Amino acid sequence: MVDIPFDTVAGIPPAEVGEVELYHPKSWWTRYVFSQDAKVIAIQYSITALSIGMVALVLSWLMRLQLGFPGTFSFIDPNQYLQFITMHGMIMVIYLLTALFLGGFGNYLIPLMVGARDMVFPYVNMLSYWVYLLAVVVLVSTFFVPGGPTGAGWTLYPPQAILSGTPGQDWGIVLMLASLILFIIGFTMGGLNYVVTVLQARTRGMTLMRLPLTVWGIFTATVMALLAFPALFVASVMLLLDRLLGTSFFMPTLVEMGQLTKYGGGSPILFQHLFWFFGHPEVYIVALPAFGIISDLISVHARKNIFGYRMMVWAIVAIGALSFVVWAHHMYVSGMNPYFGFFFATTTLIIAIPTAIKVYNWVLTLWRGDIHLTVPMLFALAFIVTFVNGGLTGLFLGNVVVDVPLSDTMFVVAHFHMVMGIAPIMAVFGGIYHWYPKVTGRMLDEALGRFHFWVSFLGAYAIFFPMHYLGLLGMPRRYHDIGETAFVPASAHDLNAFMSVAALIVGFAQLVFLFNLIWSLFKGKEAGDNPWGAASLEWQTPETPPGHGNWGKELPIVYRWAYDYSVPGASRDFVPQNEPPAGLSAQGAHA
Amino acid sequence: MSAIILFMAGIATIAGWWLSQQGLAAKPWLEEGVAADLREDSTSSLPPAKIGLGVFLAVVGSLFALFISAYSMRMNMVDWRTLPVPKLLWFNTGVLVTSSIALQWAYMAARRNDMDSVIIGLLAGGASAVIFLVGQLLAWQQLSVAGYFVASNPANSFFYLITAVHGLHLMGGLVALGRTTAKVWRSTEVTQVRLSVELCAIYWHFLLLVWLVLLGLLTGWTDDFVDICRQLLT
Repeated sequence: MVDIPFDTVAGIPPAEVGEVELYHPKSWWTRYVFSQDAKVIAIQYSITALSIGMVALVLSWLMRLQLGFPGTFSFIDPNQYLQFITMHGMIMVIYLLTALFLGGFGNYLIPLMVGARDMVFPYVNMLSYWVYLLAVVVLVSTFFVPGGPTGAGWTLYPPQAILSGTPGQDWGIVLMLASLILFIIGFTMGGLNYVVTVLQARTRGMTLMRLPLTVWGIFTATVMALLAFPALFVASVMLLLDRLLGTSFFMPTLVEMGQLTKYGGGSPILFQHLFWFFGHPEVYIVALPAFGIISDLISVHARKNIFGYRMMVWAIVAIGALSFVVWAHHMYVSGMNPYFGFFFATTTLIIAIPTAIKVYNWVLTLWRGDIHLTVPMLFALAFIVTFVNGGLTGLFLGNVVVDVPLSDTMFVVAHFHMVMGIAPIMAVFGGIYHWYPKVTGRMLDEALGRFHFWVSFLGAYAIFFPMHYLGLLGMPRRYHDIGETAFVPASAHDLNAFMSVAALIVGFAQLVFLFNLIWSLFKGKEAGDNPWGAASLEWQTPETPPGHGNWGKELPIVYRWAYDYSVPGASRDFVPQNEPPAGLSAQGAHA
Repeated sequence: MSAIILFMAGIATIAGWWLSQQGLAAKPWLEEGVAADLREDSTSSLPPAKIGLGVFLAVVGSLFALFISAYSMRMNMVDWRTLPVPKLLWFNTGVLVTSSIALQWAYMAARRNDMDSVIIGLLAGGASAVIFLVGQLLAWQQLSVAGYFVASNPANSFFYLITAVHGLHLMGGLVALGRTTAKVWRSTEVTQVRLSVELCAIYWHFLLLVWLVLLGLLTGWTDDFVDICRQLLT
């Protein structure tokens, strides 16, 4: 670190970063394809994640067609149905949400928001994307191998995951595990970058407590992911060995098709422990960046400082820490020691406290704010409502006695889709509508955006609200066709058909969104540098879209937090983070 | 899962200590201006690569802690038959210790700007690491000749798996060590060399520590400790 002489009276000397430190692309290939610029990598991550997400969306259509109109679509057989479920879940949770929040939003926003020129290890960052892409390619290839993708469910529980009754037993499961292992290796490379950039590359004046909450959310989520993904790695490697070498890490003694298998003595519960040691933090790996993004969106579009910034930061850290000691609430019915259930129910309910603090603070930020119902704001409000909804059913499922009868019903499906499906996707959309002008220099079309919002939001509720009721009726999840079942009334079938129609409509609304993304790139309204009047650093770049190296000759100097909106006496209704306070000037600043 | 919980508690302690230094009780909405923040550098003065290595070691540590957790849970099942640890492992351990010492020596030479000694240290460290890996392969061979195959018992499976994962990490380290040696050979800037050698040495010490823990686990020395942890949790 260069020692800079400091003198409050004379102002602050400019911090110039030598050109040599920056990576310079030499050709079209290194500028747009094998780029080491975090912004390009972010766009690559986002496009890949959204593309594979479209595949998962189509899979959900196919599942809904089967559930809504059983027997009508003869091309969906029970095996395929299981494969659709598995791939839909795996893609949405890991390859779409995790990659998009951390690889996409993280790569784009971290350097800009902390005032850095790029990530600290650009080469490793580039490698991270290509390994991720390889993981996606391996994943997609399972659709084309003999036997198709695995149908083990996204949790891949042994023993069934690798037994011959499960579709995709030959190739699907092997490639699935290989793809996960690749994803984790790729993510670790990126994650190291995000963490060290936040720790080491913050510009002068940017203390941790001046970071926008988006950075706090992504940073904490990355730390959690770095520590939690190894559990999935260990589980995947051991399951792969069970499948390929015939070891018995997880596989108990069992008879398959009348034949005693080569396995013996293994512990399926061990797999569940490892899987959920990753799986529960994963919920918050997806939720924390969403929390951060929503905080920033609400503050900017309500023209009001975020309420209780300190509490918001503490709550993010507390949620991150607590999420490592709640994993076994996914395992109440697994046959583990019942005393564990009490412990894990307690820790699960404790997480509700920091989470509720965040919800209160969002609502109090809105209170008496100058609320602009822009498209990002609509999505942010939808996030809060949906997250509260999903969180409340989480309180049901966190209690052992309530969870046991509801296990493996549609109630669980409705709960986790609300809390970590719809809610984070609302944050993703809000974030894209909010930052698209910075990424491309053009606004997304407002009318199309509103159409996209209302159809997605109301449609999602049309799908998942009735699903809670089906779950309470006892309708099981993962069933291809429940047929004539005494406890399921005929009206439930009508409800299923209704939900399927809603799902098709919501899916088509996403095509409008895709059209908007592409159309606005060329025909959108010119955005200017700061269309929303936001105070945080990424909106203060000298160019839009930000050029190579993000900042001009000098790095910005930060004088305040990111939430100075509607400050009494200020000339505008926002004060940028890098605007010097009256009476203090930055020496050598742009004359 | 006691090993990983202990490990996470350690990480949480370090993270908590670090956070406590970061002024998390600040009230940023009241604090405008730069004076307070610029005087004391808010970012640490350590080079990013060193912090990066530290974070990476936390990830690797978490990986091995999870393997140890899985090991200690699986060894309770009735079919577990502990395998005899080949005597060769003791020799290998000695070689790995030598490797670590050689790199430490190279690092100390780098601090004295004694580049010839640095080269010798790096080469000696690299060579002994390779000998260690060959020794591990020989140990595998001895075991399989004696009839202890990967899939014949979970204890064997774990032995092969854990030694393989440790070996792979060492091989990754050898790539970094090769690049560092090339850097010294081309006599790049001294501070740069010093940092690279230091990072290699840190990584080697870490892998040695991991190996010692794993050895304790595989030879059954830590069984009592594992039992105590299990009793604490149940």
